[in-house]
Amino acid sequence: MTASLVIFFVLALLAIFAAVSLILQRHPIHSALSLIVVMVALAGLYLLMGAEFVAAVQIIVYGGAIMVLFVFVIMLLNAEEEERTNFSKLATYAGIPLALAIAGFIAAAIARSSGSLPAPEPSGALTSTKTLSNLLFSDFVYPFELTSFLILVAILGAIVLAQREN
Amino acid sequence: MPILNHLWIIPLLPLLGSAINGLFGHGWPNKTVNMVALGSTGLSFASGVEAVREFLANGQQPFRKEFFDWIVAGNFRAGFDLQLDQLTVVMLMVVTGVGFLIHIYSTGYMAHEGGYYRFFSYLNLFMFFMLILVLAANFVLLFVGWEGVGLCSYLLIGFYFLKKSASDAGKKAFIVNRIGDFGFMLGMFLLFRTFHTLDFADLFKQIADRPTDAMGQFGTLTVAALLLFVGATGKSAQLPLYVWLPDAMEGPTPVSALIHAATMVTAGVYVVARSHVLYSHAPTVMHVVAIVGCATAFFAATIGLVQSDIKRVLAYSTVSQLGYMFLGCGVGAFSAGIFHLMTHAFFKALLFLSAGSVIHAMGGEQDMWHMGGLASKIKATFWCMLFGTIAIAGFFPFAAFFSKDAILFAAFNSESGGKALYTVGLLAAVLTSFYMFRLMWLTFFGQKRYDEHHVHVHESPLNMTVPLMILAALSLTGGWFALPTLWGGKDYFTEFLSPALGAGEIAGLENAHILELTLSGVAMAAAFAGLIVAWRMYAKDVKRGKSEGLHKILYNKYYVDELYQAVVVGPLMWLSRNVLWKVVDVGVIDGTVNGIAHGTSAVGDTVRHTQSGNTRSYAVWVLVGALVVFAIIFWPIVHPAVFGGVP
Amino acid sequence: MVPTSYYLILSAILFGLGIVAFVFKRNIITIFMAIELMLNAVNLAFVAFSQSWGKTDGEVFVLFVIVVAAAEAAVGLGIIILTARNRRSLNVERVDLLKL
Repeated sequence: MTASLVIFFVLALLAIFAAVSLILQRHPIHSALSLIVVMVALAGLYLLMGAEFVAAVQIIVYGGAIMVLFVFVIMLLNAEEEERTNFSKLATYAGIPLALAIAGFIAAAIARSSGSLPAPEPSGALTSTKTLSNLLFSDFVYPFELTSFLILVAILGAIVLAQREN
Repeated sequence: MPILNHLWIIPLLPLLGSAINGLFGHGWPNKTVNMVALGSTGLSFASGVEAVREFLANGQQPFRKEFFDWIVAGNFRAGFDLQLDQLTVVMLMVVTGVGFLIHIYSTGYMAHEGGYYRFFSYLNLFMFFMLILVLAANFVLLFVGWEGVGLCSYLLIGFYFLKKSASDAGKKAFIVNRIGDFGFMLGMFLLFRTFHTLDFADLFKQIADRPTDAMGQFGTLTVAALLLFVGATGKSAQLPLYVWLPDAMEGPTPVSALIHAATMVTAGVYVVARSHVLYSHAPTVMHVVAIVGCATAFFAATIGLVQSDIKRVLAYSTVSQLGYMFLGCGVGAFSAGIFHLMTHAFFKALLFLSAGSVIHAMGGEQDMWHMGGLASKIKATFWCMLFGTIAIAGFFPFAAFFSKDAILFAAFNSESGGKALYTVGLLAAVLTSFYMFRLMWLTFFGQKRYDEHHVHVHESPLNMTVPLMILAALSLTGGWFALPTLWGGKDYFTEFLSPALGAGEIAGLENAHILELTLSGVAMAAAFAGLIVAWRMYAKDVKRGKSEGLHKILYNKYYVDELYQAVVVGPLMWLSRNVLWKVVDVGVIDGTVNGIAHGTSAVGDTVRHTQSGNTRSYAVWVLVGALVVFAIIFWPIVHPAVFGGVP
Repeated sequence: MVPTSYYLILSAILFGLGIVAFVFKRNIITIFMAIELMLNAVNLAFVAFSQSWGKTDGEVFVLFVIVVAAAEAAVGLGIIILTARNRRSLNVERVDLLKL
C-alpha cells in the first residue's frame, strides 16, 4: 500500500461521494457546490498523475470560471428546491439500469483489457508545461485556432442571447 | 419480284386505312372515309393479284420471306415471316376480293348509320388481321391474326353497342372463341415442346419424318392435332362451340357477310388444311374432324328449317356449310374442303348481302313472316338471291354443285364409316335445299304480310347491287374449275392445290368416274327434293302455325344455349360472385392491403407515445442509443469474459 | 504506482453517476451540471491514458475539452436563462411544448 495508492483512494472516494451528493441534493446550489468538490478532487488526481498544468487549468477555468458562472445563474434565477414532479415513467424506471449498463460495459471492457495497457511512468518524469505547449503549437495548432474561433462564437452567442428585447 | 419481296404491303394497306379512319375520321364526310377505306382495300387486292401473277410467273415456287425477327429467345425464333403458296393464293384472293366487294356494298348499306368511320376502321382492321393469318409462315404469327380477327369480330358484332343484345352477342362471340383459342394454344405449346419450332416449313418436315399414330392411339401428334381442332371448332363455329354465330347476326349485315360467312369462320378450315401433314399422321383426329363436321352440318340444318329471322337462317346455314368443309378435310379431301370454302365464300356472301338488301328495302325488318311478295318490287336483289339459293342447294352448273359433290364423293369412298357420313351429308343437303327455298318463297312470293303504309319498299342503290351481281356471277362460274371431271378430265383446282395439300387424295379415278357421276345425280335429286317440298309447303299463301312439339324444339335451337347457361355459365358466375369476389378479392386482397394500412396506422399509434414532449424521456432514448453503440463496440472485448471468469 | 485501470474505472463510475443525475434531476441547471460531471469523467480518462502511454497528447485534448465546456456553459446558461424567463419555471418537465 504505497502512499500514492492511499491518496488515490482518498481522492477517488471524495469524488464519488461528491457526485452522489450532487444527485441527492435538492437545492441546485448544493449540487453546484458538490460539483466543485468533484472538480477539486479530480485536480488532485491530475496532480497525482503528474499533469500539473492540467490540474491548474482545471481549478482556474473549471472551478473558478465555469462553476462561478453556474452559481451566478442559480442566484440570478432565484432557483428553489426542486419540484417533485415526475411525469416521465420511462426515466424513472429505465434510468438506473441504463446507467449501470453503460458504466458496466465500460468497466468490463477496461477490466478485460487492462493487461494490454503499459505500466504508468513515475509521476512528473514526462509531462511538463513546456512539452504541452510545444505540442499545442505544433501538432495541434489547427484545433487550437479553431477553439479560439469557437470561443469567439460563444461570446457572440452569449451577447445575442442576453440582449433585451426591443 | 417487287411485290413478293414486299409481301407485307398486302396486310399493311388495310392497317393504314384503319388507322387513318380510326384516328382522324371522326368529323369526315362519308366520301372521304370511303376513299380511304376502299382505296386501301382495293390497293391491297391489286397487290394481291400482282403477287399471284409473280408467283405463277415464277413457276409456282412456294415463296417465303423473313421480314424481321419478332421473338428471339434462346433457340426459339418466331419472325414476321410471310409465305405464298398455292393455298395462300386461294385464300388471299377470296379474302381480298370478296372483302373489297363487301366494302363497296357497305358504303351503301351503312350510309345513314352513325359511327360510319368507326365501321370502316374496324372493317379494315379485320382485313389486316385476316391477311396476317393467311400469309403467316409460322404458327405464332398465324395466332396473332387468329386473335386479331376474334377481336374485330367482337368490335363489329357489338357495333351498335348501345343495344344490349348486340353488346352481349359481341361478348359471347369473344368468350366462346377464347375457349377454342385455349385449345389452340395448348396445341401450339405441345408442338413447340416436341419439335422446338413453330415454323411451318420446319415443323411439317419434322412431322413428315415421324411415324403415323395408329387409330385410337393418343400420341403426341394426335393430341396436338386434336387441340388445334378445338381451336378450329371455336373459330369456325362447329359443335359444341358454334353458339356464338347465330347471335353474331346482331352485327350489321356486311359484317355477317364478311366475317361470319366468307373469311373469319373459314380460318379454322384453313388451319386444318395448312396442317394437313399433321392431320394425315393422326387418323383418329381425322375421324373426329369428319364426324364433327358431318354432325354439325346436319344439326345446324335442322335448326335452320324453322327459323323466322332471315339472317338466322343464313347463320345456321353457314354453320352447316362449314361442317361440310370439315367433313371434306376429315376424309382426306383437303382440296375439296378448300374448294367448298371458296365457293361458299361467293354464294354465302351473296346471300347475306342480298338479305341485307332486302332488309334495307324493308326499312329494317328481318322477320320473314312480315315479308312476302317482294319479287316484283326488288327485282335485282331477287335475281341475285335466287342465284345464291340455287348455288347453295347444289344445282348444276352452279358452284356448290362441284364442291359439295367432291366432298360427298370423298366421304363415300373413305373407309370405316364413309357410307354413314355420306348418308348424313346427303340428308343435310336435302334440308339445305329445303330451308333455302323456304326462305325464297316466304320472302319474295305469296301475299304481302306487311303494312304498305309503314314500309316503303325500294330497290337498293347501285353501290349495293353491283357487288351482288358480281358475286352472283362468281356463284355461277366459281366451280367451273372442276367441270372437266364430268367427262373424265382433270379437276384444275385440286391439281393447282396439290403441291400445297398433298397429292393423291382420291385413288382409282378411272373406275370411280361412273360412281362419281351417279353420286352427282343423287345429289341433284336431293336438291330437287328439297325444292319440291318447299314449293308444296310455302309457295301458296301460308299462315304461321303454332309452335309445338318437334317444331318447338327446333325453333328454340334444341335449348343448347339454355343448357350451356345452366351447366357452364351459371356455376361460373356463382363461383365468381361468391368465391372470387367475396372471399378472394374483398377478404384476402382488400383485407391484406387494408390490413397493412391498418397495421401501419397501429404501429404509428403506438410509436406516437414516444413523442411525449418530456425532455427526460428523450434523454433516456439518447442514452439507450449510446448504450447500443457501446455494446457494439465493446462486445468483442467483454464477450470472452462473460463466459469465462468473473470481471 | 496506481494502475491505470483504477483511474479508468473511477472515470467509468463518475460517468455513470453523471448519467443518473442527468436522467433523474428535474432542475435544468442541475442537469447541465451533470453534463459537466460527465465531461470531467472523460477528462480523467484522457489524462490517465496520457500518463499510461507516456505521451502528452491526452492532456492537450483535455485542454480542448475544457475550452469547449466553457464555451458551451456560457451559451447554454444563456439559453437556460431565457427559457426560465419564458416558462417561469426551472423544472424541465414543464417544458413540454413538443408533446404530440
